[in-house]
Amino acid sequence: MSLAVDNLRVYYRTLRGDVRALDGATFTVQDGEIMGVAGESGCGKTTLGKSLIRLDGRMRVAEGTVTLDGVELPIADDRAMDTYRFRHVSIVPQYAMSALNPIRRIGRMISELLSSRGVSYDETLPELRRRLALVGLEDDVLDRYPIELSGGMKQRVVMVLSTLMNPSLLVADELTSALDVSTQKAVAEMLVEFRDRGFVKSTIVITHDLSILYQIADTILVMYAGKLVEKGPAAEITEDPRHPYTRLLIASLPEVGVRFEERRLTGIAGRPPSLLRPPTGCRFRARCPLATEECAEEPPFVELAPGRHAACWKAAA
Amino acid sequence: MTRYLARKSLLYLLTFFVAVTIDWAIPRLMPGDPIDGLISRLQADSTASQELHGYFTESFGLDQPLWRQYANFWRGLAHGDLGPSIAYVGSSVSELIWAALPYTLALLVPAIILSYVAGNRVGAMAARRKVLDNTVLPFAYILTATPYVWLALVLAYFLAFKWGIFPVSGAYDFSLQPAWTWEFAWSFLQHWFLPFLTLFLVSFGGWAIGMRNLIIYELESEYSNYLQALGAPTTLVRKYAYGNAVLPQMSGLALALGAVVGGALVTEIVFGYPGIGTLIITALQNRDYFLLQGLFLLIIVGVLVANFVVDILYVVVDPRTRTGIQGS
Amino acid sequence: MVATPEIALTGEGAALEDAYPEPPVRRFEALHFAVRNAKLVVGLVVVLAFLVAAIAGPWLTDATPFEFGYPLGEPPSSAHWLGTTAPGQDVYSQFVYGLRSSFVVGALAATVAALLGMAIGFLGGYLGGVVDEVLSVITNIVLVIPTLAVLIIVSAYLSVGSVASEALLIGLTSWPWAARAIRAQTFSLASRDFVSLARLSGQGTVKVIAKEIAPNMSSYLFLTFILLFGGAVLIAATLDFLGLGPSQVMSLGLMLNNAVSNAALQLGMWWWFIPPGVGITAIVGGLYIMNVGLDEVFNPKLRRT
Repeated sequence: MSLAVDNLRVYYRTLRGDVRALDGATFTVQDGEIMGVAGESGCGKTTLGKSLIRLDGRMRVAEGTVTLDGVELPIADDRAMDTYRFRHVSIVPQYAMSALNPIRRIGRMISELLSSRGVSYDETLPELRRRLALVGLEDDVLDRYPIELSGGMKQRVVMVLSTLMNPSLLVADELTSALDVSTQKAVAEMLVEFRDRGFVKSTIVITHDLSILYQIADTILVMYAGKLVEKGPAAEITEDPRHPYTRLLIASLPEVGVRFEERRLTGIAGRPPSLLRPPTGCRFRARCPLATEECAEEPPFVELAPGRHAACWKAAA
Repeated sequence: MTRYLARKSLLYLLTFFVAVTIDWAIPRLMPGDPIDGLISRLQADSTASQELHGYFTESFGLDQPLWRQYANFWRGLAHGDLGPSIAYVGSSVSELIWAALPYTLALLVPAIILSYVAGNRVGAMAARRKVLDNTVLPFAYILTATPYVWLALVLAYFLAFKWGIFPVSGAYDFSLQPAWTWEFAWSFLQHWFLPFLTLFLVSFGGWAIGMRNLIIYELESEYSNYLQALGAPTTLVRKYAYGNAVLPQMSGLALALGAVVGGALVTEIVFGYPGIGTLIITALQNRDYFLLQGLFLLIIVGVLVANFVVDILYVVVDPRTRTGIQGS
Repeated sequence: MVATPEIALTGEGAALEDAYPEPPVRRFEALHFAVRNAKLVVGLVVVLAFLVAAIAGPWLTDATPFEFGYPLGEPPSSAHWLGTTAPGQDVYSQFVYGLRSSFVVGALAATVAALLGMAIGFLGGYLGGVVDEVLSVITNIVLVIPTLAVLIIVSAYLSVGSVASEALLIGLTSWPWAARAIRAQTFSLASRDFVSLARLSGQGTVKVIAKEIAPNMSSYLFLTFILLFGGAVLIAATLDFLGLGPSQVMSLGLMLNNAVSNAALQLGMWWWFIPPGVGITAIVGGLYIMNVGLDEVFNPKLRRT
């Protein structure tokens, strides 16, 4: 087991109190697993991603642990996390287009980053070149400035750099949102390739775009209002969603799976609840077509079948 | 790179052209006859003034059609002929300017360079140390809000009049003649220091504040976040932030030149320093329009040249201007 | 194209996730941070204190700035709070009237410059193309030409009679950096969805700018105005010092001019030239510090420091 997250709660400090952006997440990611995290804006997926690598200044870890390869990560301690970043946990940021220092040649920037982490650039260079070639980049990108590269090229450079130390866990946050559709697909496939070649052990892909997950993810984790809603193999989640929220989410997406093609794009009425003072019971209750009285009690995130979890009283049926 | 510099040069040529035109047009657009003003300065006798008026009109070519006057103005300029001075009878405007220019440059060039370097250093330091941020920065704000004239007056009052550490006025001791001697150099340096300090201090405040704010912005940028997410040490993140923050500071340098030059002019006046500023106040007091117009052109050309120098430096610092690829 | 469920689901609902790392400044939050921002409070208090002095100060004295007949060159006393000048004028009355001129010149010049800068910046940034090119060239030319040099030559020929005309001259020459900054902001806003939507729905240029663009950068415009204000006060002081300002209206720069030409330095009459400089520095410094404070209030990224 590569990653184990146990009862993780991460809150945003605001003037009006803590916003419970991530409110009790427990899940595991296996070696070699590509797990997709999906959900609406504000469901806590970005908070989850950030808490695994670098907390935002206003976040605080309220509870819970993150264990990677049997070692507990000091996620609340920014300094102590530095040891694990890049080597064990790494990130492909959402803003990959602007993630490279504009005034450094790419090779020099990588060399400065590596030596600051105590890694020899010269010794890493052959592998770096091999991987750049793998993603279709010529050697000479190392002598270029970021502004000389196209968006797709920058994206690939960032992916190669982020995974250069063969991290156990890679967090890819909305990595495709800034790209056009064909590049999106290529980049998503690259993640699979990197996993297959062992550049990364486990990958967490955070996205609002379920169709990408359907292509590349082994498992999908659906989140709603800071809570885990459902997790399971990608095919099962898309074809046989158990949680009513997952069903609506999938149904609102036009191009996933043949079964949904003729469906009209229907939104889910209502809005996610405020996470400042979240409601008791199931958080989806107010918008859920199936809600009954028993939903006033919070449903646990239980294993329905091996590798299949959901948090809904109706899911077992 | 050549494209970048070519564009800039074109802009400067255009600016020069506009400035010369303004310089030529202003006396002609303004209400009242400049010659009348000139004559009333020179003498009060009304019968003689009639003749003088005709004489001046002719000798300045004001009886010719406007386009011709304009062409003549450019021709004169091309020959370095800026006309005669009215305040300093017998001297030409260009002679006066050449005599005063070295003094002004001696103040300006070191003040600009040193304040820029020191301000950037201190500003970058303040951005990373809270103590410095709370102690040095308020001073920087006060300095940058201080009128040059007044700082000059305060420094002159305390350091020269009251405590007598520095001489009060002039560029060197009156008993000396400019010469390449140690004695003269020492005297020059003593006289130079306070006006220099005035210019240095005010500009220093602006650079320190600018750099501090830019570094804080850069530390929030995405490349900084990425570096930090990859566990890069603070030193590397700061180094990159500084490298990026220097660029807007450098563009700022070009923009600030005009203000520093203005500061130098009034500072010179306070210290009776025999540079361009003193020449301007004399020209103003004596309604010496030829001299004023010449000085105006000199300042414009000076600022344009300085801008061009900054642009060349910018090309050295910012790789993006060298790649020849325009950003997407 | 893949329609994102994000849009489908939330409609115009609150985008929580986006909101937390960088929340839009809600009125409540802005005010909360405003009253706790030391820079803003200090700057505002200083500026307001001098504004009060400028408004109410003249009521506290019978003397007028140009009135002679007081003791010659006396240090501050109970009769003349800031002493008298060498030819026998009351420094206090000169100072408070001078403060008035500074505020008036700053406000008028900043208004003129802000209007020009906005007109040019909005149009260039929103329309783009040839209009933008032409406006940019004009802006850059005026930007490079040193303001003071132009003002010196213009005011030498055209004797400036009133504070208003001085302010107009300053405003007409100090807009370029504001235009450039506003253009850049407009440019980035113009590509946003809500602006495209307004444009597509057939609204005219002026309407889109006034309804969609300007309100979305109102805090930025306010900061620009403050900086223009401070800059104008400094330029006016220099012009007045050179004797190029209105000679019939007392100003802080004119006080410095009088002090220097009457050898206040040599006579050791510090009370003559210290107050005007303190006034200018305090007003301008107060404005600048206020500006940084406001920037921190409006821009959450800067807050943590």
